[in-house]
Amino acid sequence: MSLLSVRDLTVKFGSRTGPVTALNGISFDLARGERLGIVGESGAGKSITGFALMNLLSKPGYIDGGQILFEGEDVAQMSPRDVRAMRGDRMAMIFQDPMVTLNPVLTIGQQMIETLKAHRKLSTQEARQIALVKLKEVYIPSPQDRLDQYPHELSGGMRQRIIIAMALLLDPKLIIADEPTTALDVTIQADIMALLLEMCQSNQVGLILITHDLGVVSQVTERTMVMYAGRIIESGPTRSIINDPQHPYTQGLINALPQQTPPGQRLKQIPGTMPTLATMPKGCPFHTRCALVGEGCMTHVPSINQFGSSFVACHEVHRLQNEVPAEDVS
Amino acid sequence: MIAYLIKRVFQAIAVMLVISLIGFAIQGNLGDPLRELLGQSVSEQVRQQLRDELGLNDPFLVQYMRFLGNAIQGDLGTSYFFKEPALEVILKKLPATLELVFGATVIIIGLSIPLGVFTAIRPNAVFSRLILALSIVGLSIPVFLTAILMIFAFSVELGWMPSFGRGEVVHVFGYWQTNFATKDGWVHIIMPSIALSSIMLPMFIRLIRAEMIEVLQSEYVRYAQAKGIAPWRIYFVHALKNTLLPVITVGGVQIGTMVAYTILTETVFSWPGMGSMFLEAVNRVDTPLIVAYLIVVGFIFVVTNTIVDLIYGLVNPTIKLGRMGA
Ligand SMILES: Nc1ncnc2c1ncn2[C@@H]1O[C@H](COP(=O)(O)OP(=O)(O)OP(=O)(O)O)[C@@H](O)[C@H]1O
Ligand SMILES: [Mg+2]
Repeated sequence: MSLLSVRDLTVKFGSRTGPVTALNGISFDLARGERLGIVGESGAGKSITGFALMNLLSKPGYIDGGQILFEGEDVAQMSPRDVRAMRGDRMAMIFQDPMVTLNPVLTIGQQMIETLKAHRKLSTQEARQIALVKLKEVYIPSPQDRLDQYPHELSGGMRQRIIIAMALLLDPKLIIADEPTTALDVTIQADIMALLLEMCQSNQVGLILITHDLGVVSQVTERTMVMYAGRIIESGPTRSIINDPQHPYTQGLINALPQQTPPGQRLKQIPGTMPTLATMPKGCPFHTRCALVGEGCMTHVPSINQFGSSFVACHEVHRLQNEVPAEDVS
Repeated sequence: MIAYLIKRVFQAIAVMLVISLIGFAIQGNLGDPLRELLGQSVSEQVRQQLRDELGLNDPFLVQYMRFLGNAIQGDLGTSYFFKEPALEVILKKLPATLELVFGATVIIIGLSIPLGVFTAIRPNAVFSRLILALSIVGLSIPVFLTAILMIFAFSVELGWMPSFGRGEVVHVFGYWQTNFATKDGWVHIIMPSIALSSIMLPMFIRLIRAEMIEVLQSEYVRYAQAKGIAPWRIYFVHALKNTLLPVITVGGVQIGTMVAYTILTETVFSWPGMGSMFLEAVNRVDTPLIVAYLIVVGFIFVVTNTIVDLIYGLVNPTIKLGRMGA
């Protein structure tokens, strides 16, 4: 049984003009200890996916359908009490900006101890000891002193280290990290990412890494999912996605990487911008920017089908590759 | 910490100097001390002589320095009406006013926090809507009108509550007599306290509500949820502490202001405090007493603000008082 099995997840946002769909039929699986990257442009729905997995969508967002089977239980159907018992214990989350993630008026120790006490029957002393051990694991110097410090006394990198330690406090099965290094100084981004990878590997923790950075994805994850306008448009082994992208959008993303452009030349950006939830076109959401656009693209949303080791949602790839589509992922 | 303290004390002294200057200016321009001392039927020559003796012909700065020197020694002049040192008159009235302010403060703190928090976390509940509607009513009715309406309803019509004075008070020490030692004292202080809090309470409920709503949308609250922290702990530990920090600063200023609001409340309830005394002093053009009142109220205001700032520095971990010397 896989650790996480998402089926047809749909998320909507209520608005005055009626609900708009932010996530449309997302399906994927994650094995125990597996690391999955989610990439895509800003607004593609990556963060929404992360929050939906935690059942932590803030209003007016809500899960409109589908299943999120986590260790066999459907997170979407859990009682608030069970969801709370799961969060931070079996499934932990690392937020983007460590400068605003920690509560400014509580010490690091208080914030770590409360997390332990929320899920285990522990004395404050016992909880403090566990917190100390975890801080040591993430190589925080003089961890004893850190426990009594307030967040503002620590640098951004140090805070994100602490947040990684907090995610590991209760030995979760899955960590969802939403752009955990984007807000940090460039010089320490690699350190933090390496730490996260090391922690996941040594503790057999599954990881869902949300990022813009294809370089990071190729270093950290085993599989990658490319999202566009609330849908998965390509998914597969990270190596295939990077080296042999199928979907025109994924190809565009890879070609836009600075490494793919000789020095001095302009980056090959994908023309146009992603549609917003309100301006979602009919048919394939990418057809307005796609060079391969054909007739069917404007009327029908492509289903996702297997090609080699990847799954791709594109009418034209199906046609060009001239292959018989394999069965649907689900 | 010491540097911060010294800085705040200097600021407080500067404000007090300004207040004393205003007080002095009023003294020089409101009423004629000679008339009060001598009456009308004295010759111009005698007047001039007395003016010289009293130093009223000295340059402005000399007069002000003399006024200031006396004030620092606690001499704020002599009340024309009571024929007693003005400060003494005020100090006798001060406990009644402070107890009234204290009663109102207890009501405000005791109710605004739970109501502000509740209306923030359950914005759609009927009770929340009711509280918010009532708070608008409270905000828009002037204090004296609230006081009069309360007297009409609970004293005149229903006869439940006394409408007049402090009732039975018990001597504590010095000039201090307290309402809080007897049942009669308690009964007498309830309505004036409520009336005095009738503007501030709705204001604070709304202030706490607005702050709390904002804090509840912050990233650290969402993170606490992602850690599986129980809602009560998120509301009362994570959110409330951050909510109250800015409220403390505003609150301190408002409690200082409340001392001035007592003028109306005390007058309506014939509360024998320094607020009603002030209004009487104005009627009698008892200039030294008016000036002394302004200076004492200014002093209370400055002291509460300074204390509140220090408390804020102590409870807010992101302010390190030791490093705020500059
Ligand atoms: N509260 C909201 N109400 C309405 N729409 C929202 C709300 N929050 C997010 N959205 C929409 O949901 C879509 C997906 O947002 P999401 O935050 O998941 O993007 P993302 O892929 O994480 O982008 P980024 O890379 O910028 O973080 C966006 O189109 C966004 O406008
Ligand atoms: Mg995002």
